[in-house]
Amino acid sequence: MAKLKDKDVFVGPLSLNNPVTVQVLGICSALAVTAQLVPALVMGLSVTIITAIANVVISLLRNTIPNRIRIIVQLVVVASLVTIVSEVLKAFAYDVAMTLSVYIGLIITNCILMGRLEAFAMQNSPWQSFLDGVANGLGYAKILVIVAFFRELLGSGKLFGFQIIPDSFYELGYSNNGLMLMPPMALIIVACIIWYERAHNKDLQEK
Amino acid sequence: MSSLRDFIDSVKPNFEEGGKFSKLRSTFGAFETFLFVPNTVNKGGVHVRDAVDLKRTISCVILALIPALLFGIYNTGYQHFRMLGQLDTATFGDIVLEGIIAVFPILVVSYVVGLGIEFAVAQMRGHEVNEGFLATGMIIPLIMPADVPLWLVAVATAFAVIFGKEVFGGTGMNIWNPALVARAFLFFAYPTKMSGDQVWYYDYDATQVADGFTGATALAGNTFGFEASFIGLIPGSIGETSALCCLIGAVILLLTGVASWKTMCSVFVGGALMGYIFNATGACDICWCEQLVIGGFAFGAVFMATDPVTSCRTEKGKYIYGFLIGAMAIIIRVLNPGYPEGMMLAILLMNTFAPLIDYCFVQSNINRRKNRVKNNK
Repeated sequence: MAKLKDKDVFVGPLSLNNPVTVQVLGICSALAVTAQLVPALVMGLSVTIITAIANVVISLLRNTIPNRIRIIVQLVVVASLVTIVSEVLKAFAYDVAMTLSVYIGLIITNCILMGRLEAFAMQNSPWQSFLDGVANGLGYAKILVIVAFFRELLGSGKLFGFQIIPDSFYELGYSNNGLMLMPPMALIIVACIIWYERAHNKDLQEK
Repeated sequence: MSSLRDFIDSVKPNFEEGGKFSKLRSTFGAFETFLFVPNTVNKGGVHVRDAVDLKRTISCVILALIPALLFGIYNTGYQHFRMLGQLDTATFGDIVLEGIIAVFPILVVSYVVGLGIEFAVAQMRGHEVNEGFLATGMIIPLIMPADVPLWLVAVATAFAVIFGKEVFGGTGMNIWNPALVARAFLFFAYPTKMSGDQVWYYDYDATQVADGFTGATALAGNTFGFEASFIGLIPGSIGETSALCCLIGAVILLLTGVASWKTMCSVFVGGALMGYIFNATGACDICWCEQLVIGGFAFGAVFMATDPVTSCRTEKGKYIYGFLIGAMAIIIRVLNPGYPEGMMLAILLMNTFAPLIDYCFVQSNINRRKNRVKNNK
C-alpha cells in the first residue's frame, strides 16, 4: 500500500470521505441526539476522543493481535474507553449525560468506530491512526452540529438553549415545528446535507 | 381562439433551441399545452394511441373535486356564522362570501407555491412541466382546516412537492400521495393548528363565540348523526365533511374510468367491516355506516386512495390495498384517540406497501405459470 500523506488522512473524512454523509455510518445516533445542540456537540466530541484513542491503541497493538480474535480485542478497547467517557460525563456534565442516556453507552456500536479500527488502525502507524480518528470524529461531529442547529432552531426556536426567535414572531402567528423534534426530520436534514454535497462535488456523483 | 394560436406561434421561435428565451422552454411548453392540445403524434412503430393523456386524466379529477370544493366553501361560511350565532340573520350570499374569503387564499397559496416549485424544478432539469400538481394543488386546500394559517399551507405544500414528489423524480414517480404528505407534515409539525376544537372554524375568536356553541370533534363520538355527516354541514376540514359531494365525485371518477372501482369499493368494504367488528365487540359505539361518512374517510377513499400513481397496479392487488386502507383507517381511529384522522395515516401506510403487494401478485403469477409449464411436460 502506498504511503498516505498526513494531510490527506486528516482532510478526507472532513470533506469528500465524510463518515456520515458519504459512507453513511453512525446514522442511528445522528437521529437520536440531535434535537438540541449541546448534546449533539458533546456526543460529537465524545466520539472524536474515543475514536482517536482507540485508533492509537489498536494501531500500537496491530502487529500482536491474532487475526482471528481481532474484533474482540477492538471491542474490549472501545468498551473500556466508552465506559471512561461515560463516567467522566456523569461526573462533570450530569445533565447532558442524562439527556444522552443510553447513547453514550451505545457509542460502542457506532459503525464509525469499528469501521476505522478495521479499515485504518489495523494497517497504519499510530500517528496517522490518531489523525484519522480525530478527523473522522470531527467529520461526524460536524454533521451532528449542522443537523442539531436546524432542529433546535426550527423545532424549539433556540440555540444552545437560548431563545433565538423573538417573542414578536410568535405573536404574529409563527410557531415551532414539532416535526423537527422527532427523529424522522433528522433523517431528512441529513439527506439534504448529502444532496447539497453531491450537487457541489462532481467526485461524489455516480456516473 | 385563432388569434391566441397565432400569437403563440409568433412568439414560439423565441423559446425554441437557440432562441432568446430558450432557457424558459419548458415553461412555454407548459402554457402552450395548457391552452391547446399538442399536435405532435407518434407516427410509426407499435404505440398505443389513446385520446386520454395526463392532462385529461387530471382534468377529470379536478372536475370531480368541484362539488366538494363548492360545498366546502359554503360549509366554511356556514360554520363561521354558526360559531358567531348569526345563522338566522346571515343570507346565502353572506355565507358564500365568507366561505370564499376563507377558502380562496388557501387555494391560491397552494397553487402558487406548488406550481412555482414544479416550474422551477422542470426548468432546472430541462423537463417538461406536467399537470400532476393541478390535482394535488386542489386537494391540499380541501384537506386543511378552515382556520389554517396561510404560511403553513405554503410550507407544507413546498415540503410535499419537494420531498414527497420531486426528489423521487416528479409526477408519476412518487411513493406517497403528495397532498397527504402535506397534511401529514402539518399534522405532526404543528398539531395545535391541525386538530382540536377551534381550527375548523374560520376566524375563530373566543370572545365572540355565541352562547351554547359547542365545537365538538366528530371523531370523538359522532354527535352529528348519520344524516348530517352525510350531507356535511358539520365542522371539519374544508372539503371532506360532505360524503354526498364525495359520492358525486366518485361517480364522475368511475364513469370516466380515472379511478379504479376495485380500490374504491374495497376501501369502503374494509372500513365497514372493521367498523362493524368494533361496534359489535363494544370497542366503539359509532355505527359502521357512520364510520364511513364521518371525518375524511369518504374523501380519502374516493380521491386519495385511488391515486393511480401511489396505489397498487395489479388488479388483484387493488382489492387488498383498498381493503387494508379501510380497515386500517378505522383501527387507527378507534384504537388510537391520539390520531383522530386515521384515513391519512392509513393511506400513507398502504402507499408504502403498495409496491410490495404488487410484487407478491406478480411473483405468484410467474410461479403459477412456471408450474403450469412444468406440469404440462
